[in-house]
Order: sequence, then C-alpha cells, then structure tokens
Amino acid sequence: MAGIARRRLLTTTAWLLCGAASARAMTVKGALPWAPGEADPPQPARPGPWVFFTPEEGADVEALADRLIPPDPDTPGGRDSGCAVFIDRQLAGAYGSYQGYYMRPPFQDGSKEQGMQSPVTPAQRYRAALAALDKHCRAAFAGKPFAQIPDDQKDAIIRGLESSSLQLDGSSGRAFFELLLKDTQHGFLADPIYGGNRDMAGWKMIGFPGARYDYRDWVERHNEPYPRPPMGIEGRPAWTPPRSQ
Amino acid sequence: MPRKLPGKDVVIIGLGWTGSILAHELTAAGLDVVAIERGPWRDTATDFPPSYAPDELRYRLHHELFLRPAQSTLTFRNNPSQTALPIRTWGAFMLGNGAGGAGVHWNAETWRFLPTDFTLRSHLTQRYGAAFLPEDMTIQDWGVTYDELEPYYDRFEHLCGTSGTAGNLRGVIQEGGNPFEGPRSRAYPTPAQKQPFSHTLFAQAAREMGYKPFPQPSGNLSQAYTNPLGVTLGPCTYCGFCEWFGCGNYSKASPQTTILPVLVRQPNFEARTECEVTRILLDSTGKRATGVVYADTSGEEWEQPADIVLLCAFSIFNVWLLMLSGIGERYDPQTGRGHIGRNFSHQTVSSAIGFFDRRKFNFNPFIASGAIGMCIDEFNGDNFDHSKLGFVGGGYMGQVQSNGRPMETTPVPPGTPLWGPEWKRAIRDNYLSTVFAGAGVHGSCYSYRGNYLDLDPTYRDRFGRPLLRLTMDLHENELKMSAFLTDRYAEIIQRMGATQVVKQPRKGPYSIVDYQTSHICGGAIMGSDPGSSAVNPWLQSWDVPNLFVFGMSAFPQNAGYNPTNTVAALAFRTAEAIRTQYLKNPGPLVHA
Repeated sequence: MAGIARRRLLTTTAWLLCGAASARAMTVKGALPWAPGEADPPQPARPGPWVFFTPEEGADVEALADRLIPPDPDTPGGRDSGCAVFIDRQLAGAYGSYQGYYMRPPFQDGSKEQGMQSPVTPAQRYRAALAALDKHCRAAFAGKPFAQIPDDQKDAIIRGLESSSLQLDGSSGRAFFELLLKDTQHGFLADPIYGGNRDMAGWKMIGFPGARYDYRDWVERHNEPYPRPPMGIEGRPAWTPPRSQ
Repeated sequence: MPRKLPGKDVVIIGLGWTGSILAHELTAAGLDVVAIERGPWRDTATDFPPSYAPDELRYRLHHELFLRPAQSTLTFRNNPSQTALPIRTWGAFMLGNGAGGAGVHWNAETWRFLPTDFTLRSHLTQRYGAAFLPEDMTIQDWGVTYDELEPYYDRFEHLCGTSGTAGNLRGVIQEGGNPFEGPRSRAYPTPAQKQPFSHTLFAQAAREMGYKPFPQPSGNLSQAYTNPLGVTLGPCTYCGFCEWFGCGNYSKASPQTTILPVLVRQPNFEARTECEVTRILLDSTGKRATGVVYADTSGEEWEQPADIVLLCAFSIFNVWLLMLSGIGERYDPQTGRGHIGRNFSHQTVSSAIGFFDRRKFNFNPFIASGAIGMCIDEFNGDNFDHSKLGFVGGGYMGQVQSNGRPMETTPVPPGTPLWGPEWKRAIRDNYLSTVFAGAGVHGSCYSYRGNYLDLDPTYRDRFGRPLLRLTMDLHENELKMSAFLTDRYAEIIQRMGATQVVKQPRKGPYSIVDYQTSHICGGAIMGSDPGSSAVNPWLQSWDVPNLFVFGMSAFPQNAGYNPTNTVAALAFRTAEAIRTQYLKNPGPLVHA
C-alpha cells in the first residue's frame, strides 16, 4: 500500500532538485507534496543525566529554580517540577545557541527599543554566570556552592542579581537573572514533553487544561469551572498503565 | 552567472495570501505561472497536525513557523541620529515565511476598512481643515474607494467562509452587527462564532454604556463551509492555539485551507520552495521587467524569465526587492523626493488588563479562537468627532482575548514581585479571572515624513545584500489617540466588574521589542498620482508596467483594523484587471 502511494506521488509530483547540493529546494506541481511519515513531531526530553550542565551546575540551577518558584504544600517548586531539566535540554538544543537569530557582527549596544544586541548565547551566558556564581558563593560562604547555602542567603543573592547590586566576574548578573527567570518560568509552564512542568504541576496549579484542542462543549458554559484534567502532547500519566515495581 | 530557465507567462515572488490568489486567478485565465517561495512547503498534516499543534514553546516562544532573522531581517533606529542595529530576534512584529505565508499563523481577523479610510486626507481636510493635521503627517488618499473594493472584499470573505454578523447590508443597518461598516452586498457566509464568558461580558457592559457591540469578523469558522473553489473548511474548536500557530483542524482560513489544494492541481502552475528571489531583472530601458533571479538552498542562482512579475513578498520585503533591483526612485526624507521606502507605518496597539474577583468570575481564558471577540467601533477612524480632541485616527476595541496559553498569559497585578512565593500565588489566583487582551485597542498608525525604509550601510544578509533599514518613531498624534482610546476601553473593562484595571496606553519611543501586530505597511504606496505614489490604483508599478506590487506595502497609512481582508481585496481587484484589461493590451492601466 505504501508502495502504491509512493509511486503515485512520484508520478504526480515532480520533485526537481534545484542544484546538486540542494537537499530541500523543490518544485511542487500536480499534487500536494505529501508522503506518509513526513510529520515532524517534537523530540521529547528524555530522563537521565544532565546533557548541558555539569552535575555542579545542575545542582545550582535546581537550587535557583526552587527559590524562584518555591515549593508550597499544594504545588512542587522549580526543582521538583523539573525546571532545571527543562533548561538543561533547551540549552543543549537550538535555543542554547540562538539558532535562527541574526548573529552577524558588528555587535554594539543600542537603546532598549532596539532589542537584544548581545553576541552571548544562552548556553554561553549560563556557563559563565554559573561559574562566577560558584566562585562568589565559595568565597563568601566558606567553600560552599550556591546549592548548599541557607535559603535566605540564596534569596539575598538572587535579589542582588535582580537589582544589579551583586556583580558577577565577567558576566552581567542582571542579564543572567532575566534569562534564568524567564527560562525557569517557561519550564514550569511548558508542555511536559520538554522535561519541565512535571506531572503538569504548573498547569494544575493555575487551571490550564493543556493541549486539549476542542472546547466546543464548554464555550458557552459561562462561569463554570472546566471539569477535565490537563493533558499534554504525550497524553497524561493516567493513560499509562502503572509500572510494576 | 545565473542559469537561465525556460520563460513563463507569470513569475510570482512569494506564495502567501496574495501570491496564492493571483496564481489561482491567472492559471484559471490560462497563463503559465510559477511561484518562487523563499520558505518551505507547509501543510496541515505534516507541519501542524492536532496531535502536536498546541505547543506554546515551539511555535510561540521559538517562532518555528516564522521567517528566521538568520535568513532575512532588517535594522532599526528611532531617528537618523542613531545607528540602526539589526533586529536579531522578532519582537514588535512577526514576519511570515513559507507556503501560505503569514496566512498560516495569523489570527484571521477579517475586517473591512471604513469608506473614509480610503479617502483619508481629503476627508479629514474637508471636515476639520488642512491646518488640523500635523505638518509632517504624510497621509494621503488611496486612489481606490470602498465602493470599488466592495465586490473584492466580498470575494475574499466567501473564499474564507468568514464568520460574522453583518452591520450594513446594502445600506440598511442590521441589529447586532457593526453599524459603522460600509455597505456590504451580502451577509457573511457563515454566522458569527460563539463567544466565551469574558467576551460576552464585555458586550453586555458596552451595551449598557450605549455602545453597539458586535462579534469580531472571524476566519476561524463557526461551522463547516465549502468555498467557491470547492475546498471545505471544518468548524473551529476554540482550542486557543491560533495566532502564531497553524490550525490542525482545517478551520482557520489560510491559503492551505482555501486555495492551494486546488491550485497545485492546475497543470499550468508550479511552486518552487526554499528558493529566494534576490533581484528583479530589468531590460536595458529600465521600463520592463524580464524576470527574476533566485538562489536555491545550495546557493546556486537561477534566472526565471517571465512576461509579468508579481511581487507578493511580505510587505517590507517588497520594498527591499524594489530597492535592491533599482526600481523606482528611493525616498529621501530630506528633500521628500522619491517614493520607494516612503510612508512606513505600523499600528498603535494598547490595552487595559482587568483583574476580577476569582470567587465570582471564572473566564476559562483557554477557550478562545484567534479572531474571537466582541468589539465596538465607535472610536475607529473618523466615526467620532475629533475636533476637540487634538488628534486624528482611532481603532476598534474589544475583549478579543485569543488564548490562555500559560507562558505568555499569566498576568499578575502591578507590584507583584517577579519571583518567589508571591509570584507563584499571584499567577494561581489570577489566571482564570483576568481579562487580558494584548490588542484590546487596535489603533491606527498614520504616516510621517520621518518614518521610512532605506538600505542599511553596515549590515548584510547571507547573500551579501544590504539589509533594509527602518527609521520609525511614534508621534504625538498617535500617543494622544492611544491615551484617549485606552481610557474609553478601561471604562468598559471596569464596567464588566473588574476589581482592578491596569491601563496600558502605547508610550514612545517606538520599540522593536514588544509585540504590537505584524501589520507593517507602506514603502511602495498606491495612489492615483505618480508624483506621490509608487504604484497606481491597480498596484502596477508606475515605472515598470509589467510589475505589480501587492500587500500592505501599498497602504499609504494604516487604519485601525487588521489588514488582510484589504490586502486580499486589492489582490482580487488587480487579478481581474490583469485578466480583463492588461492581457488584451499589456502596458500601463492608468496613464500618468
């Protein structure tokens, strides 16, 4: 069956490669260029060790995420909801290198209306800022890294980065704060397929049903709570049979 | 040297809405048509099926369906005293790419402009006197009237199956529609969409205040619809993943869901994707286009000769290609001479966030569609008396909240810390009970002598071509308008029962960072006088009559509406002129 579909495609759609080295430029003629298996679903973040972070960096980012989004009796914090795993997988992927951004020189600072003008990619910024943060903490707290200092001291450091009163060696503390905060919040609220929002903790907390895609039955049920639990692109845990221990 | 290909009757640059419309109309007339598209082929099943279309990170945050600045971008400055710097990632506007263009990821708000929008300078001068307009405001009439365009608005709405409630049917005002719209020859092809709670509440408050609310005209369909080409769209499911996203349900009007399935079957049509046109070729007289040069993904250049060249790229990229090809005289803001690059405009969007008591209000903000909403038009265009207000222009306003996607739609009251337990509590306590329409007030942006496009002296694209340079700032007229409209909007949000209303009027300077709309206009504007326009009322180049330039680049200034219906109507009108007039007698359709 697949063979028939393939043959029909080849006879009705001329795929003319424009130039020898061209893999993608093509001519569409005669029929929509469709073939089975051509969809491009997202790549799930797999569990396991850090991909981008070193173990020490990973521990510090987990500790940072857990102060930016602290746990409470109803909802886990940034650490247990997987924010650091989300950031790790993002930095190892296209986002970490600002793929798709216009990154040609010259780089120069502009007005804030002119937007991002830094040549520093997210991956580079995390690496440099986490090293500087580690150095700062070990000097100030008797050799301890950020992850091992008391919570009130962690908060004081984050406030210092936020207000620019704490400068990190060779790296903008404020720029790191802004990047880390955005990434952590995204990790709390993005689809669980990317490694954060574990067990849909963020979605359950606010009441977002996720990737449901059809609310025709509820659009005119005004002011009534939506009754169904959230689901992600990969479904939800209740769909998966429990694993035997 | 580019390798020369066999000639075609028509070459189309860009296969978005206008390219698809023109290709379909001209293949139907028997012409041999090729479309050259710089982005990939895109379709529902392969690129945004419902199984993974609702992915906020991928499509909204990482811009997957958009043009990537690494491929093409522009530089920006507020004024000539600054050094323009490249837009390295999109912010204020998002530019389309690939088959279907921005028609893939638009919200599908399908508005008509007001009759007076097309005769703007004449109308305002007549009503308020010439001295009422700021000295450096360069608005002008379009050279086409609403009545001339009406049949083509109707065609696009029936191509798309637009859902709405007519407000003015052949001159008779209709209950429940927009009483300010120009007369329409037919009702919308499908009834208005259903409205969620907060949108309904907005309409109720507006009605109590004496306004005439109506449903926003929507290309997310209220019911299945088969268009005149025989293509069927499905009903919208109110999924809340519309703008920035492709629709997995075939229920948002796009070239994919209305034209392309028919177009690609035409034996006299072909599309070449991931092929970027680098310049338009002229003959030795400079008065005739002979075709285009494009580069494929390997970087190899090809020459595609054609008798007619249709420039259907996204707005500013039309202007860029005209400049790079040496067509027309480039605008000089010092002398006012030249028209290519003149009259850039955008939009003046503002809003007011309404925080409501969560014990009484549950809005389920995730139940929405791209063009959902209840709106009023009392403060658009010249629907209200400006004589004591000190500005011109206006916009529609409404509860048009299109989503509750949590990464971008978790508003918190002012004063909430950016992080920590207070932030966490605040997003939990406000998510379901906040009215948060990013473009609640959709204001016009008029044109000025100092807002323009030219070529950047420093930054280049991957082919070594100079980037387009945008010089743009907001003017006092637009800032005053935004303050006035935002106040009126906030009054309605308050009336809905909000406990706290946070006004967000547009403030200067113009920024490239915060999203407004992707409606960037001008640079190759239309008009009836070659002394003040780049293209004639048929979008035909005054300089090169076998070249037509489509899209928002033709708008002399922007109105307080979304532009797509007007862009498409102008395209249908020109397609008819090419078929019925130009082909019989190739040459200028208007004599200068």
